[in-house]
Amino acid sequence: MHEYPITEQIIKICEEHCRKAEAEKVTKVNLVIGDYSGYVGDSVQMYFDIISQGTLCEGALVNIEHIKPKLRCTQCGELFYKKPLSFDCPHCGGQGEPTEIGKEFYIESIEVE
Amino acid sequence: MHDIRKIDVMEGVLDENDHIAEHVREHMTEHGVLVVNEMGAPGVGKTTTLKNIIQHLDVKPYVIEGDIESDIDTQALNSLGISTYQINTYGACHLDSPMIEHMTHHIAFKEPGILFIENIGNLVCPAEFSIGEHVMMLISTVTEGSDKPYKYPLAFEKADIIILNKVDLIPYLDFDEDFFMKGVRALNKDVPVFKVSGKTGEGFQEVAQWLQEKANALNSGE
Repeated sequence: MHEYPITEQIIKICEEHCRKAEAEKVTKVNLVIGDYSGYVGDSVQMYFDIISQGTLCEGALVNIEHIKPKLRCTQCGELFYKKPLSFDCPHCGGQGEPTEIGKEFYIESIEVE
Repeated sequence: MHDIRKIDVMEGVLDENDHIAEHVREHMTEHGVLVVNEMGAPGVGKTTTLKNIIQHLDVKPYVIEGDIESDIDTQALNSLGISTYQINTYGACHLDSPMIEHMTHHIAFKEPGILFIENIGNLVCPAEFSIGEHVMMLISTVTEGSDKPYKYPLAFEKADIIILNKVDLIPYLDFDEDFFMKGVRALNKDVPVFKVSGKTGEGFQEVAQWLQEKANALNSGE
């Protein structure tokens, strides 16, 4: 549910960049969302279609690149995908630690016309 | 036919929230007030924890209570003589930095101390929004189960202090402390973990001392 105010923010940023480029409207928004960011892409899409009505983003496509979180093994340094209820490295059994991979939440680019 | 152009944006969606949070932190640092963002699921004893910590503090406590609705906790704390202010979010699942900025500009911080901000009872969303805290204090409990670090990793990763509450109930539960701590240490290898009981009051003096040292360090410019 917290995607609502966040989607308003996405539209605000896109409109700013659209105006700065002296374009008429935004046709596509390229978002990058890590699975650990806490934001659900489908919800962003749903709210976007509603909130963007009457804005420069109305009718724009939302393209979302999802990033799966990776941990780094403190023993062998390998980056790996976490298994449920475990932080252990699948290669050497060492303990994994969190990385920034999977926490992304940014607008990569927009397309305007 | 219009030309379609691609524009690089590379702007974080939370950048504005983080920017305002930084303002809040600076504002409170100038007042010598340590900001503690208290997080935890509903029913972990967030308000009880505040009452227990505050009675051991030698510095001035301030409290902002975040709730979806009602001011029950604020009334309870005010009746104990603790300066408490209420934010109701009416549905929103977390506090954000604009709400805290607005509130902190309306509170007279006449002396240095500690501002506790009790976030909405939720182990997910509050971890994602900085509100200008110096310290993220996570409350977990033995009744929630030992798998919480594995299920809600971000909250445990971001915590600066973890309080494990309701330890008086351990004899009646199957809480696996080793499994819990293994998860905590994987996510946050140096975070202090304090075992407390809101029922008996054990453990809170140590928590208060830890926070007080942080507040003193803030005021000595460290």
